[in-house]
Parts: sequence; structure tokens; C-alpha cells
Amino acid sequence: MKIAVCVKQVPDTWAEKKLKSDDSTLDRESAEGVLNELDEYAVEEALRLIEAHGGEVVVVSMGPERAGETVRKALSMGADAGIHVVDDNLRGSDALATSAVLAKALEGRGFDLIIFGSESTDARMSVVPAMVAERLGIPQVTFSQKVEVEGSTVRAERVTEYGFDTVEAALPAVVSVVEKINEPRYPSFKGIMAAKKKPVETLALAELGIEPTAVGLAGAWTAVADFAERPPKAAGTIVTDEGEGGARIADYLVEQKFI
Amino acid sequence: MAEILVVVDHAEGAVKKVTLELLTLARSLGEPSAVWLGSGASADALASLAEYGAQTVYVAEGSDLDEFVVAPKTEVLAQLVAEKSPAAVLLASSAEGKEIAGRLAVKTNSGVITDAVAVEPDFTATQSVFGGAVVVHSRVNTGTPIITVRPNSTAPEPAAAAGARVDVAVNVSDAAKGAKVTGRTVAQKGGRPELSEAAIVVSGGRGVGGAEGFGVVEALADSLGAAVGASRAATDAGWYPHQFQVGQTGKTVSPQLYIANGISGAIQHRAGMQTSKTIVVVNKDPEAPIFELADFGVVGDLFAVVPQLTDEIGKRRG
Ligand SMILES: Cc1cc2nc3c(=O)[nH]c(=O)nc-3n(C[C@H](O)[C@H](O)[C@H](O)COP(=O)(O)OP(=O)(O)OC[C@H]3O[C@@H](n4cnc5c(N)ncnc54)[C@H](O)[C@@H]3O)c2cc1C
Ligand SMILES: Nc1ncnc2c1ncn2[C@@H]1O[C@H](COP(=O)(O)O)[C@@H](O)[C@H]1O
Repeated sequence: MKIAVCVKQVPDTWAEKKLKSDDSTLDRESAEGVLNELDEYAVEEALRLIEAHGGEVVVVSMGPERAGETVRKALSMGADAGIHVVDDNLRGSDALATSAVLAKALEGRGFDLIIFGSESTDARMSVVPAMVAERLGIPQVTFSQKVEVEGSTVRAERVTEYGFDTVEAALPAVVSVVEKINEPRYPSFKGIMAAKKKPVETLALAELGIEPTAVGLAGAWTAVADFAERPPKAAGTIVTDEGEGGARIADYLVEQKFI
Repeated sequence: MAEILVVVDHAEGAVKKVTLELLTLARSLGEPSAVWLGSGASADALASLAEYGAQTVYVAEGSDLDEFVVAPKTEVLAQLVAEKSPAAVLLASSAEGKEIAGRLAVKTNSGVITDAVAVEPDFTATQSVFGGAVVVHSRVNTGTPIITVRPNSTAPEPAAAAGARVDVAVNVSDAAKGAKVTGRTVAQKGGRPELSEAAIVVSGGRGVGGAEGFGVVEALADSLGAAVGASRAATDAGWYPHQFQVGQTGKTVSPQLYIANGISGAIQHRAGMQTSKTIVVVNKDPEAPIFELADFGVVGDLFAVVPQLTDEIGKRRG
């Protein structure tokens, strides 16, 4: 089985994220870049499927030069090879452009499964997996909390508002996974050393046959008009319970007209 | 006036409150038409759409829309967009609403904006990003603006309109029938308001100590007519069902009032509740980061504070 995992480099979860004043894009230099933590579950699930069925895991990432670190991180967890789409014209790409680039990078390589995280912690849209499925014209099995492959069929539990649906699709298919699906492994020392020698193919837009004007800030289907940092929240009232804590909250709720 | 398509969010034949909010919002942008995708379009459901301003209700029924994941709904919606050339398409910012929006954007070569909290008459959308730290105004500059809007962003106001039912033919391609739903598991629901739509949410975390501990959280929620939420620590431990998890990988809530009990305030939890209008905290650790968000906080044992609060609410209401 041949599995692709799409991973994104995002600013460290705990770092304060900023937009740049000149072009309203995310300031990716000011914070340390990490592998989107939700994509770690996608890598883990791919590795488990390969351990059970045999095959190969290829990580695919679109992002600036240093997103190469993120590809290596996934390789150090155990993935076999990487594809890194890097091109200056990609800066400021929105979900339409990202999904178009990923679809082109994935197409025609014979992947049976393409696994995504459920959300990137910076963009937080949860739309790229569905959009890639739409572009490739293959089934979409997203928000999975359990994934099984049997022959040429993938079966999954798709988390819904009310519980979960059991979903079945023929391969090739797009899958996205939620964090309750597994516990991602830490890269071992051996894994980190091995990752250095694993092949990573670097692709520019021209090699994917995409016009530079079709992506990035220039080609974006949406544009930021303006943005403002919200003034920090005024400090609230904090009291220590001395036997009347509950009543104090009730007073507050009355004052605020909740009761 | 320009037609605005509002995709109806419904469950078990009932229209969700967020749809009434979207119709209210759509009236400030143009003339709303509701789009019902899937089975269960009862007369009552359609009447509520008319009551909140839908001039037309397009109804696309057929088992294909229920039995396959997302793609068939998008196909029908894309056909409607091609036929009607609406000024915009509004959807609820649920997981499925966002997926439909994303696929529709690809099909119609249009820009998509998710998680808007407001939309201006010129279709400029307001988003609250990075956990509410930054407010962004964005616009779609190609195609039909496709915008998903968070629940609780607009107060729903009735304004009766014709609500004329127009049935839409459902012809789903084989390609869109790739992911088949073979089973549906509905977790226990209970009589409380739905988490993502509730005006008040009362949640519990690891500090609740166990499944039984959630009794005090539920009692408080019921005294306020609130929904119950939980941190991941609580859902992972099996103390409360997963679908009540609030946060990055759970539900995003933005209620009028959020009461956090025994929750430390990890960044992943905050991501799902930070935009709540008023936040009340009960935690025995004065250093817990959740206090940074509190409008009112009590440092104390939740097993003392919460039951007293529930009692006091009863007394003051009584
Ligand atoms: C990929 C990923 C996704 C995640 N997604 C989510 C998510 O969606 N939602 C989420 O919530 N978390 C999420 N998390 C987990 C998150 O990082 C925290 O681990 C979690 O939120 C902690 O839950 P907690 O606050 O209940 O527990 P803790 O951090 O253990 O805090 C418990 C608090 O209870 C207090 N306490 C204990 N006893 C009492 C008492 N008797 N009275 C009063 N206070 C008491 C303690 O002082 C403490 O502050 C995610 C993590 C990862 C890695
Ligand atoms: N630039 C990117 N490169 C590779 N994968 C990506 C990229 N952006 C998003 N993804 C994938 O799409 C998922 C959802 O992202 P999003 O729709 O931005 O929330 C992520 O968890 C990744 O698996």
C-alpha cells in the first residue's frame, strides 16, 4: 500500500501569533515552526497501517524552505520519503491555492490513501482535505476516529455532531483523522539519524505546471482588508472562597442579568 | 434585491437555531432563500424558515444526500448556485458546513471564508483569529462569496416571508457517491441545549475527579438551562462523552456565558471557548492560566463552590 500524509509547518502552539502589517500574512519568522500537532496523528496512523499491511509512507508538505524541518520530523517518526513543494510565489496562499498545489503534487503517483490532520492550528479551517478530495475526484472520509483497510476498501468512523457515522469507500481515498485516533510516537534517536538519509523531493511550481499568478497573495480568492489586535482583556475579579464563593458568583450572575 | 442562499443546518427534521441566525443575517445582505439538503423537510420545518425571512425554500431531498459523505450535497448546491447566481452563500460553521463550503468553492472557483462572526452588506466578513487576539476583516474577490458563520454571531429575529417551496431535482453523479455511510451511531443526547448553540455552557475538567463528579456540573447547568461541556482530560478519561469536548479538537463555543470548573486553561481548550462573552472560573489553583480569561473567578474547591452556586440560583429564581 502506498500512503501519502499531508503535513503542515505551523507556528509553535504556545507562541503568540502575529499578522504582518505590510501584507496581512502570518508572520512565520517570529515564532518557531513545528509540525502541526494534529498532523502527527495522521503520520502515526499511516505508519500503523503500513506496519499492518506493508508498503510505503510519503510525507507531502507545501511551505517555505524551513518547512523542510517538518518533513524531516515526519521522516524521523518513520515515514519513508518526502515531497516538499517550495516556491516564493506560494507565500500568502489561501485554501483554494493550497488544495490545488497539494492535489497536483499528489496526482498520478499511485497513492492508495492520502491522510490529513483534521485542522491546521494556524489557519484552523478544516477544509483542505475535503477540497483536495474534490479536486482529485476521489472519496472523502474525513474526521475519522478509527480507520481500517481491507483489500481495496477503507472503513472508518467519522465523528459527527451527534456521535459517529461508519463510512466505507473504495481506494484511493482521502482520509483525515482526529486526535483521539491514536497516540503519536516520538522519533527515536535511530529514527532521527535515519531521517537524514531519506529522500526528499523538492518541487517548484513550474514542475507542477502551476502558474505563479494562480497562487500566493496575487492569486488569492480572498483578501484581508484590514486587521487589528484586540486590546487585552481587562483583568476580571478574582476572589478566594471562604465559604461564600458560590453565592459570590450568583451575585455576579444577577448583576450581569444572567439570573 | 440580490438573492442570498442560506444552507439549512438541520437534525432529525428540526431546523437548528444557527439557521435562523443566518437567515436574520442574510436579510441585511439581500433577499434570503433557504436551501434544504437531505431528507426530513417537514411542513413545520419549512414554516420556521419562512418565519425568519426565507422568500424561497429550495428543497433537495433524496437518500443520496443522506447516505454519502458531503460530496452529493455539494453537487446539488453547486447546480443551484450556477442556476441562481446568488450574491453569496451562507452556511453554518460546523465541520460539515465548512466541508461543503470548501468543496463548493472548488466547484464554483469562488473564495471561501470560514468562521465569520459578522458579515457587512458589502460582504466583508469579520473573523476572530489566534484565539480571539486578532480581529480580521476579509473579502472574497473571486466568484461568489461563500461564507461560513459561527453559531451565536447574530440574534435571530423573525420577519415573516413567503417561504415558497421549490423542489430541486437531485441528480448525483457516481463520482460523488464514493464514501458511503453504512451505519449511524447517535450518542446519548439528553434534554439539554446543543453545545455549539447554547447561550450558556457549564464545563468540567480533570478537577471534577470522575464520572460521578459531573453530577455537580450537570446540576449547575440545569439550574441555568445550559449545555454541558468538558475538557479533553475529562473526555479522554471517559468521564464524559467525547462529543461534549470543547476546544481545538472538540467543539468551538461562543456563548453569552461560559463557566469553567476544574479546568486549567490549556491553549487547546482556550481555542474552543476564548470568544465567549462572559467567562466565570472555579479552580482551586490560583495560578491556573484559565483565570487570565476570567471576568469573575473563584479560587476554591468546586465541590463546595458549585453546589452552593446551584442552590443560590434556585433561591434567587424561587
Ligand atoms: C493535539 C491536541 C489537541 C487537544 N485538544 C483539546 C481540546 O479540544 N480540548 C481540551 O480541553 N483540551 C485539548 N487538549 C488537551 C489540553 O492540552 C489539556 O491537556 C487539557 O485541556 C487539560 O484539561 P483540564 O484543564 O481539565 O485538566 P488539567 O490541566 O489537569 O487541569 C485540571 C484543573 O482542575 C483544577 N482542580 C483540581 N481539583 C479541583 C477541585 N476540587 N476544585 C477546583 N479545581 C480543581 C486544577 O487546579 C487544575 O487547574 C489537546 C491536546 C493536544 C495535544
Ligand atoms: N501547506 C500545507 N502542506 C501540507 N498539508 C497541508 C497544508 N495546509 C494544510 N494541510 C493539511 O490539511 C489539513 C487541514 O488544514 P486546514 O484546512 O488549513 O485546517 C492539515 O491538518 C494538513 O494535513
